[in-house]
Amino acid sequence: MSIAASVSGFLYRKPRLRLGMLLSAPLLWLGLAYLGALAALFVTAFWHTDTFTGQVVTEWSLDNFATLFTDEVYRTITFRTLGIAVAVTVIDAVIAFPMAFYMAKFASPRAQRILVIAVMTPLWASYLVKAYSWRVMLSGNGLVGWLFGATPGYGLTATILTLSYLWLPYMILPIYAGLDRLPNSLVEASSDLGGRSWRTFRSVVLPLTFPAIVAGSIFTFSLTLGDYITVKIVGGAGQMLGNVVYDNIGAANNLPFAATVATVPVVIMLVYLAAVRRTGALDNL
Amino acid sequence: MMLSKKTKYVLLAALVLGLAVIYVPLLVVLLNSVNSDTTFGWPPSGFTLEWWGRAAQNEGVLRALWTSLQAGLAATAIALVLGMMAAFALQRYRFFGKDTVSLLIILPIALPGIVTGIALNNAFRTILGVDLGLFTAIVAHATFCIVVVFNNVVARLRRMGGNLEEASMDLGADGITTFRLVTFPMLRSALLAGGLLAFALSFDEIIVTTFTLGAGLQTLPIWILDNLFRPNQAPVVNVVAAVLIVVSTVPVYLAQRLSGDTASGGRL
Repeated sequence: MSIAASVSGFLYRKPRLRLGMLLSAPLLWLGLAYLGALAALFVTAFWHTDTFTGQVVTEWSLDNFATLFTDEVYRTITFRTLGIAVAVTVIDAVIAFPMAFYMAKFASPRAQRILVIAVMTPLWASYLVKAYSWRVMLSGNGLVGWLFGATPGYGLTATILTLSYLWLPYMILPIYAGLDRLPNSLVEASSDLGGRSWRTFRSVVLPLTFPAIVAGSIFTFSLTLGDYITVKIVGGAGQMLGNVVYDNIGAANNLPFAATVATVPVVIMLVYLAAVRRTGALDNL
Repeated sequence: MMLSKKTKYVLLAALVLGLAVIYVPLLVVLLNSVNSDTTFGWPPSGFTLEWWGRAAQNEGVLRALWTSLQAGLAATAIALVLGMMAAFALQRYRFFGKDTVSLLIILPIALPGIVTGIALNNAFRTILGVDLGLFTAIVAHATFCIVVVFNNVVARLRRMGGNLEEASMDLGADGITTFRLVTFPMLRSALLAGGLLAFALSFDEIIVTTFTLGAGLQTLPIWILDNLFRPNQAPVVNVVAAVLIVVSTVPVYLAQRLSGDTASGGRL
């Protein structure tokens, strides 16, 4: 019996050992390195920077959080970011639903496969390039102005527009998956009982696909909350939470305060995830 | 379906319009890269390949491309190993804390990129005292690429079942031989698809990269961001943007063809 064979025989009799070996490296990497980094980030949020030397001082205080809650500027930025996230989510849901509905219920299996690829491929095309293309299109003599005779220019509208564009596929795909699972017989039963399109949609289709919509909203929400580049590219002067984090790491060199601000999107996401847990949306991811 | 004809056509119109909106901005970027006018007014005034030639000789672009390739390949290699190990552990075994482990794998991509970026930045600089460089960016990229490989391999393992491996063992092959001759060949295309997607993800990533790549180094997306607001660089930026579109969508298309079981490749 060769060494390899005896090793594999030994391992075969010890499933726990095999599992331990399989899990050790991924757990060390993600559990120690990544979770450790996240934990360290929240610890750092309670420290502060020496205004004279710029070094991080490891003294515990709630000063950063006090600034975050009391300073008008940060409150405005937090609510602006939340507002943008809500607007983007609603816009994406409204655009995505009819697209997903046609894909799931009317397209042939072959067309479905092609359409899924067609929706998904641009999802992976560079984020930056897509945001940039909206800068080009929204400019004074760009495509949007040429088509519609006017352009919203750079600002809040452009930010919402661009972010909605960027995250649209993240909304289409879960809704498509949800509608694909919805049995046609239920829709037919509703029409047999006299329900017209709108009534069937409101009373049958929408309640059953709601978890899928919520699943999509998790992405549009999370991605918007953390964004700062789109605002830089098409947002004019307005800022989002991400910009505050970025500026505090770079220009202001205040890592502790950046860490404090970064807890805001995390807390919002955790609250949101806890709130939608009961809809079963998390199983739709 | 018993919905009215009218509903059907309205929905089809919405789908066509939606797809048009998805693709028009990408086409605009591709068109602009061969637009002879440097201010990119619409409609384009003429056609030229001059910018492509200039971009191909631009040292900053070539250096950034090289950094992107190094980071992408290294991160993909790490993600392939760790993602495959995690997939086997979670798909083939039951154990305490299994749900926590699967949450841990999607966490780097579920949290906003800026949180992942600043957490790793803080860990490297303040906690570990490591200077940012290519190495730290590779560690960061591998962290969020694991989930892509993981999803692909889990989907394949689920579809495969365990019968063939059991048959191989019954016929006297040991675990290693079974893996080499039975399991691995069936996983190969899923691994290739996962690897391609991980590379595409790393190649495009900008937020996490901004916080973890050392000063003086640039990946292609960071090069674009740095040059975006310099008017005389605009034509070259357009070419790099066009290249990025092509480079990142081709692997995704290939990955789709390779593995029918990949729903979306990992971000979802």
